[in-house]
Amino acid sequence: MPKVVIDPVTRIEGHLKIEVDVDRGKVIDARSSGTLYRGFETILKGRDPRDSQHLTQRICGVCSIGHAITSARCLDDALGAKVPPNGRIVRNLIQGANFIMSHIFHFYHLAALDYITGPDTAPSVPRVNRDYRLSSGINNRVVRNYVEAFTIRRKAQEMLAVFGGKVPHITTIIPGGVTEKVTQEKVDHFRTILHELSSFVESVYIPDVFSIAEVYKDYWDIGRGCKNALAFGVFPLEDGGGSEGQNLFIKSGVYTNGQFGSLDLEKISEAVKYSRYKDETAEPQPNKLGAYSWIRAPRYEGLPHEAGPLPRMWVNKVAEVFDLGEKAFSVMGRHVARAVECKLVAKAMFDWLNLLKPGEPTHLPCSVPEEGSGMGLWEGPRGCIGHFVEVKDYKIQSYKITASTVWNASPRDDKDEPGPIEKALVGTPVDDLENPIEVARVVRSFDPCMGCSVHLLEMKDSWGRVTSVNI
Amino acid sequence: MRRITRREFIKICTGATAGIGLLNTLEPVILDTLAQAAEGKPPVIWLQGAACSGCSLSLLNTVTPNIEKLLLEIISLKFHPTLMASAGDQALHILEETAAEYEGRYYLIVEGGVPAGDGGVYCTLGEKEGKEVTFLEAIQQYGEKAAAVIAAGSCAAFGGIPGAAPNPTGTVGVWEVVKNTPVINIGCCPMHPDDFLGTLVYVLKYGEIPQLDVYNRPKMFFPDIIHVGCPRCGYFARGIFAKNPGDDGCLAFVGCKGMVARARCNTRQWNNGTNWCIAAGAPCQACSEPAFPDECSPIYGRYRIQE
Repeated sequence: MPKVVIDPVTRIEGHLKIEVDVDRGKVIDARSSGTLYRGFETILKGRDPRDSQHLTQRICGVCSIGHAITSARCLDDALGAKVPPNGRIVRNLIQGANFIMSHIFHFYHLAALDYITGPDTAPSVPRVNRDYRLSSGINNRVVRNYVEAFTIRRKAQEMLAVFGGKVPHITTIIPGGVTEKVTQEKVDHFRTILHELSSFVESVYIPDVFSIAEVYKDYWDIGRGCKNALAFGVFPLEDGGGSEGQNLFIKSGVYTNGQFGSLDLEKISEAVKYSRYKDETAEPQPNKLGAYSWIRAPRYEGLPHEAGPLPRMWVNKVAEVFDLGEKAFSVMGRHVARAVECKLVAKAMFDWLNLLKPGEPTHLPCSVPEEGSGMGLWEGPRGCIGHFVEVKDYKIQSYKITASTVWNASPRDDKDEPGPIEKALVGTPVDDLENPIEVARVVRSFDPCMGCSVHLLEMKDSWGRVTSVNI
Repeated sequence: MRRITRREFIKICTGATAGIGLLNTLEPVILDTLAQAAEGKPPVIWLQGAACSGCSLSLLNTVTPNIEKLLLEIISLKFHPTLMASAGDQALHILEETAAEYEGRYYLIVEGGVPAGDGGVYCTLGEKEGKEVTFLEAIQQYGEKAAAVIAAGSCAAFGGIPGAAPNPTGTVGVWEVVKNTPVINIGCCPMHPDDFLGTLVYVLKYGEIPQLDVYNRPKMFFPDIIHVGCPRCGYFARGIFAKNPGDDGCLAFVGCKGMVARARCNTRQWNNGTNWCIAAGAPCQACSEPAFPDECSPIYGRYRIQE
């Protein structure tokens, strides 16, 4: 039986290898492997807890903001820090700017080259020369927008830097809020750029997604996956409450076997049968027999769950996505959900800007306790992020991380149940074994972030701390 | 077009253009230089190891030349995992073909540290004929054949965060692996696009390596410590120190490393001159230094001002 390997999978963040078995022109089995291990959880041990929101940003240069804020929320909890309204809103604006940048970047610069031809120079050539179906008019329009999107995503970064200091890897997020001040000038600067981005999203990005979705109709049926969804929630609309019980703009939630439910962290488990670790601890075992990935296999209620914009829009029952029904769980469904979310977030950011109070504090002082523990739940552009810290002798005793692509790109679990991307690949048609562009389209619809995928919960020894969360 | 001498080039880089895009001034020089390149756009290979793609995103944040111009007109970016159209075998084939065709003439850009522990098993670049190629092997192979190597960002230059204690993967900077080709280190986490492109243009224009400091960083982009010319110097002189990050005052007692960090953040700033760490109330972490992050930790410092 023919086996097709794509390694490296390009136009994603990081190091991913995809291997599929093809029978009679269709994928019948797939394996997803993360091929970079760095050991963040090991590196974080013994450090000052406040270093974590800077070190964890280096997990991923695209999702750095998500990790910074998750870590800060985790420390807010452990340090007992209070975040003033300006601090909460500025964090939301920084994260929102990151969503806009990341979603536009993903659609144009990471995904679109699977559907368009151009620009005709490296690195856009050579390309896989098959199955480009757009009319030359639409193709040329999207290629022009591909080029323009470089400027647009750069401006989204500049908007973020207004309150973030510098980006990627911002320095202003701290437990207790943010260090940058709110001035009318900064608010106006931010709003000016937001206007431009918002208009690009509505008049360029969304129409382009629908133009492609209309032509590539079969991709509304390809890449269904596990049809289970997981969201931790993001963008608090009120102060206080930590990661539990806050009123969020995009709420947490779970969708399992066709049933909606509220998030209960105790239902999360983690398997390492096919992962390159000795056991549930952090100890790597590179040559472990049968293991094929550095990623572990987290499961919710023992089942694979997808994370990302589609799960967020689905559990929040946002009409433009929810009304698609089962078709939402597809390659095009993921692209549409991402674009819809981008529009919703950009729109909400105008309201948040108006709530800022120039001159009022953006942070409140706090200090590291001798002992403590904390939890931060959040969403990056690519999906859920959770950080969990234990502090002892003013230092990090343990730091555990989970993020969207740990879930999406996970390998098989202890019951040999494939992960969401592996599952989504099964049934995908492959017309040319040398150029399996269909496989790449399915994988890229998840916006995999491999930097965010090789992380550990080390479940056995300390998950007990995390209590049930019902939001 | 008027010629720009080396001296003028360096003068432009080291500060005369504070606050505005460095390459505004140099753009005509860049285009002129490259128009004269006999073989068309110079081939560039960009590899990613123990990285986070932050330096790639930072590259895309360049303003002058803008990224469209850079990619479409200035360089020929043959291999870049985040941007290239092809994948898998086709991508690896381009890599080998470019390295063979332009041996000794292509420029290798490395993003991310090189995990050298346990024979390099912690990071693989791709699969060739059923065998996974480690990033360590790839750097050795493609580093030796390059005209020059630019280590873009702290990880590629010095090991950075993946190389932080206890360094579980034995990650090192590229210059510890590539010995027979000049390696230029561009510090900062992520690298600043002006520092990177300014270096690349210098190398292309003058066909030589710019003057480097002891850490192989181009002196023109890492000229002096940030404290010199810091907008909070007045507070320092008057003994006014911030008690918490984000407060007014010199940030020295909340961990600011501006007195040891060599970079031009205080002049070129970040993201098209929008902002930078110290202006935003955040202490400098000295991410430009080989000491980052271990010797720069704790980031918020050990000392506090007492009431």
